[in-house]
Amino acid sequence: MRLELHRVFVKRVTFGDKTGITDGVLTVNKKELLELISEDELLGKNLDVDIALPGDSVRIIPVKDVIEPRWKIEGSGQVFPGVLSDVETVGEGKTLVLSGSAVVTAGKIVRFQEGIIDMSGPGAEFTPYSKTCNVVLLLEPARADMDKHDYEQACRMAGLKTAAYLARSCAASGAKADKVEIYNHANIKEAMWGHPGLPKVGYLYMLQTQGLLHDTYLYGVDVKKILPTVLSPLEVMDGAIVSGNCVSACDKNSTYVHQNNPVIANMLKRHGRDFNFVTCIVTNENVTLADKRRSSSYATKLAAMLGLDGVVITEEGFGNPDADLIMNCWKAERLGIKTALLTDEYAGQDGASQSLADSCVEGDACVTAGNANELIVLPPMKKVLGVPEEANVIAGGWQGSLAADGTITVELQAITGATSELGYTKLGAFTI
Amino acid sequence: MAYRIVHYINQFFAGIGGEEKADYQPEIREAVVGPGGALKAAFGTEAEIVATVICGDSYFASNIEKAGADILEMIKKYKPDAFIAGPAFNAGRYGTACGGMCELVSKQLKIPVVSGMYPENPGVELFRKSVWVVETPDSAVGMKKAAPAMAALLLKVLKGEKLGTPAEEGYIERGIRKNKFYEQLAADRCVDMFVAKMKGAPFETEYKMPIFDRVPPQPAVKDMKNATIALVTSGGICPKGNPDHIEASSASKYGEYDITGVTDLTSGGYCTAHGGYDATYADSDADRVLPVDVLRDMEKEGVFKKLYNKFYTTVGNGTAVASAKRFGSEIADKLVADGVTAVILTST
Repeated sequence: MRLELHRVFVKRVTFGDKTGITDGVLTVNKKELLELISEDELLGKNLDVDIALPGDSVRIIPVKDVIEPRWKIEGSGQVFPGVLSDVETVGEGKTLVLSGSAVVTAGKIVRFQEGIIDMSGPGAEFTPYSKTCNVVLLLEPARADMDKHDYEQACRMAGLKTAAYLARSCAASGAKADKVEIYNHANIKEAMWGHPGLPKVGYLYMLQTQGLLHDTYLYGVDVKKILPTVLSPLEVMDGAIVSGNCVSACDKNSTYVHQNNPVIANMLKRHGRDFNFVTCIVTNENVTLADKRRSSSYATKLAAMLGLDGVVITEEGFGNPDADLIMNCWKAERLGIKTALLTDEYAGQDGASQSLADSCVEGDACVTAGNANELIVLPPMKKVLGVPEEANVIAGGWQGSLAADGTITVELQAITGATSELGYTKLGAFTI
Repeated sequence: MAYRIVHYINQFFAGIGGEEKADYQPEIREAVVGPGGALKAAFGTEAEIVATVICGDSYFASNIEKAGADILEMIKKYKPDAFIAGPAFNAGRYGTACGGMCELVSKQLKIPVVSGMYPENPGVELFRKSVWVVETPDSAVGMKKAAPAMAALLLKVLKGEKLGTPAEEGYIERGIRKNKFYEQLAADRCVDMFVAKMKGAPFETEYKMPIFDRVPPQPAVKDMKNATIALVTSGGICPKGNPDHIEASSASKYGEYDITGVTDLTSGGYCTAHGGYDATYADSDADRVLPVDVLRDMEKEGVFKKLYNKFYTTVGNGTAVASAKRFGSEIADKLVADGVTAVILTST
């Protein structure tokens, strides 16, 4: 498999007559975009689009998903297969990427389970999405009493549609890449013969799958309904994995961070040097014990069948999924497959409680993306996109989180992507 | 201006006497006494010991509350910027007194506190979570090493400087997790660690796996016919509108709600406050998480005598173990006091 990412660097976003990119400035025809997302009957009449740039005194709340605009300009399939596009296999050919830009879905809340992005100030240091030029969709449901699963889907689709629309429009107007990255990934037969002397390794990619605002989609299939399966890292870059997940927004993988998975990026870079990166194995985090046992046994069995010597395991979420992480860890280790774990922590606001809800002695190589319970004070911003009062009810906030002057005091868990368990930030923790 | 420090020592280090003087009652002197000399030298011009508290180890151990309160009053008068106790080396009662006073002063006066002990001193285990304890050798021979280290740490804390790891700063690990920005992405750190582990090279985990309490289950209820059963949940079920504002995650409280005469949790009356699961189905029928309807049926059938007339509820999502422990023991006390026989705990 060979995929070229044609990166066009976006330095600014502005509204204008024609959607396209010139000299790093992404122009968005607001009317055309609004017409596109208004097609969905599940969304209300008062939709809006705004722009939030790095350094702006802007707060976005509540945030559902963040998506990077991409569009395939060559090769089979199209971005976000099975969700936005047809179900054909992706991961080969050429994909245009509007690097440095993102689509943020926000606005009237699905439930009290979404996040915050500050574009400047102390909060901006914690979210990766303060560094992207954001096209913000302010959404509302068609009816207040609408089924929340339907509304979640409508919000998810609006974000994906917008991301594809932006990149497609740029491709159509002949945008030229500032940088082309080439990725190759061998099939299993070649991988088995390749790189003698190096350990064969995989990436065990855990996806949260626990219902409304806790779900993830693989080629459009609800991941709670899959058995663990193998996936090429290049498919992930074309949006094979889509997020429907933002509860305790700090450690939920946005679609953006799937597209830009930094574990995959690092493992591809070290492939052939430090190890032989054979495949990703995707698994779920379902709520029942039987599902947890089945999926962890099945995922580690796949790793064993492929003769892997080690796997990097990333968790998504915390608490209940800690049980999945730990089962994956000890089951792999007892099959002779070494593990390193990537998680985050809920050690209490004072940092004095245990950080994980489950534990095993085999988990001796563990990296964490920080304690999500730690408090942060977010000073007022000049402009708020969305509904600031949600700070009082979102996960990580409490009644009184929002002060009269617009200051918000919350746990880091309310900040989108702050403790990314794909390891997309530099945050971590240590013991004093 | 130099920081004002009050120093705490025992009767032995004050030169009053050994075990035979261990019941010495607390006093405060406007002077530098005993090991205060080594601390004074280490502080230089940056801090000044304005007073020294002296207390017998046995006296403190037998009169913890009174001694603590009396000493606190003595200290207050000197309006100190910080409090330093010991070093206690491996003296158990002395270490416990140093730790206890440090914790009390820190809580009541909200000023920095530092002590110094040998890692096996029982005072370490008791107070390391709330007190900076510098690691010292096991006996007073180590004074030369201990005093400068304690002074240096206290000055750092006083100046509000960011403290490094226990190894860097010389204090005993408190077991508290602090965030920091590393040089590298967490993903890169993880793959680095993975490569080291694959190669059999040394690596240091960023988080040592926790060790959990195990609670042995109680014996089965023998006489169900006469039992009072209570319902307690971490699934967040509460009266509609969540009147006590139990947090969606990282709960700081639990709710107590009366269900006298309630036979069914309807969507008009109940919902969940929990932010960590798909709440649609709990909101449409809260009995799914807190089965009042079924238990009322069983009560009617005489399976047990009575459903307790209150339920307790909190949100388990992201809630610290320390908070959960507190909720659990408070709820259990109330249930025991009200003669409840057994509890059904539901989670989500």
